[in-house]
Amino acid sequence: MWYFVVPEVVFGEDALSRLAELKGKSAFIVTDKNIVNLGFIDKVKEQLSQAGIKSNVFDEVEPDPSLQTVRKGVVLMNQYQPDWIVAVGGGSVMDAAKSMRVEYERPDIKAEEINPFISDLGLGTKTKLICIPTTSGTGAEVTFAVVLTDTADQRKLGLINCEILSDIAIVDPAFTVAMPPQITSDTGMDALTHAVEGFSCTWKNDFTDGLCIRATQLIFQYLPRAVKNGQDMEAREKMHNAATVAGIGFGNSLAALAHATGHSLGAVFHTPHGRAVGLFLPYTIEFIGDAREELWTEIAYALKLEVPKGKKAASVLAQAIRDLSRNIKQPLSIKEAGIPSDKFNSSMEKLIDNTMADGSLIVSARVPNVAETEKFFRYAYEGKSIDF
Amino acid sequence: MAILFGTQEWADAACKELNESQAYKEAAKNWEGDIYIIVDPDPSFKHRIINYFDLWHGECRSGCVVKDENEKSPKYRIWGPFTIMNQVLQKKVDPVQAMMTGKLKVKGDMAQIMKMPRAAVELVNCMTMFETVFPD
Repeated sequence: MWYFVVPEVVFGEDALSRLAELKGKSAFIVTDKNIVNLGFIDKVKEQLSQAGIKSNVFDEVEPDPSLQTVRKGVVLMNQYQPDWIVAVGGGSVMDAAKSMRVEYERPDIKAEEINPFISDLGLGTKTKLICIPTTSGTGAEVTFAVVLTDTADQRKLGLINCEILSDIAIVDPAFTVAMPPQITSDTGMDALTHAVEGFSCTWKNDFTDGLCIRATQLIFQYLPRAVKNGQDMEAREKMHNAATVAGIGFGNSLAALAHATGHSLGAVFHTPHGRAVGLFLPYTIEFIGDAREELWTEIAYALKLEVPKGKKAASVLAQAIRDLSRNIKQPLSIKEAGIPSDKFNSSMEKLIDNTMADGSLIVSARVPNVAETEKFFRYAYEGKSIDF
Repeated sequence: MAILFGTQEWADAACKELNESQAYKEAAKNWEGDIYIIVDPDPSFKHRIINYFDLWHGECRSGCVVKDENEKSPKYRIWGPFTIMNQVLQKKVDPVQAMMTGKLKVKGDMAQIMKMPRAAVELVNCMTMFETVFPD
């Protein structure tokens, strides 16, 4: 038995106008200063005011949001007592808002205590959550996972519960036009990693497979265009849809080794999430290799990649992803990501510990041991294809 | 040879697998806490069986069958009906999915479980490494 959960998804041009149809009195907008400066919050407030909903803004969410930021938002939420929470931003903002919502509705549960085994959170009675992504990658608008940073422990906390899903996801491409090429590229790699891992992890299922494959196709087709020309609205819209489709896909099957290693690298070196997981994706495909060869073949087929006789689909797919990455200015190795070798070497134990403790690892089709994890990181540092 | 569930022999076999598993040793290297694994009766099984394991930093220090649940006060408890436990031990049901869907219940320090989810998975994996039979 397993679940397939998804919020109401409103997508396409003018999707934001869904806000004007809401019923309620007050909304608490969670965002960051950059989004405010881009004028997006004014647009959100305008739509909310058409619905007769007053709003208050919390714009202090930082990249890799901390538990402290979540607490700060909850204090203000408790004062304001909103019946809607509206998260406008990237994954960090949406994850912070999802966590704040839990503490606001369930003061007896701390954000870091969110776990998959609580079956009666009972959210939705005091407030409802709307997520409006401004990047095309994270999928946080449709997933029931949250990543917070425990700054004291230099570790990312992957928190999961089926009930922390947003109620409405508004996937409006207009919010992505201002996204710079590098962020478009980084977040696009995040979406691709969701799609490929969601399709190949051990919890893959019939309900998510098609979504993951379609998202992979869209990303290969439209990500280079969106990076090259941010005003290409067809590419923007397709990438925005792809990210949400991949989010629904992997959100209901889970991500695996590329996420475990990517979270680890990000926690230690602050590498942007999408860049980190995308960097590890081809290495992961090579490492898992034969354990999922039939699935790599399916993805290769969907992408119209030729798998020459005698070659493995895993290596063809890994190379295609490296070609895409190179095309959109992604690093192909940890070294290329700008991490000095001395810092990398001195952090190895932490990198391994973080990876071994990451929840994503449990659904990897092949789980590395400690020695293999170190070797994996060293190969990824040098840009060497995995051959073990 | 299949080992009868709910016997000291079964608890010993599970403990031995845990101590011989490199994967468990690595995944649970920071794990501190003993555990009850409780099989509850259901229409296809009339017994209630409580297994106890003392788990410490990737090692199983002891394992036994407990008659009275109040006999020990373990840090963790996992329990569920026979049908589900049987499916888990036969690798027909993923233990984490069973916990997430409420088919198996978990009680204890959730923060530690969330920090070491693979320890829980490898714990169950070790218990599937040998053939188990259930009493009639």
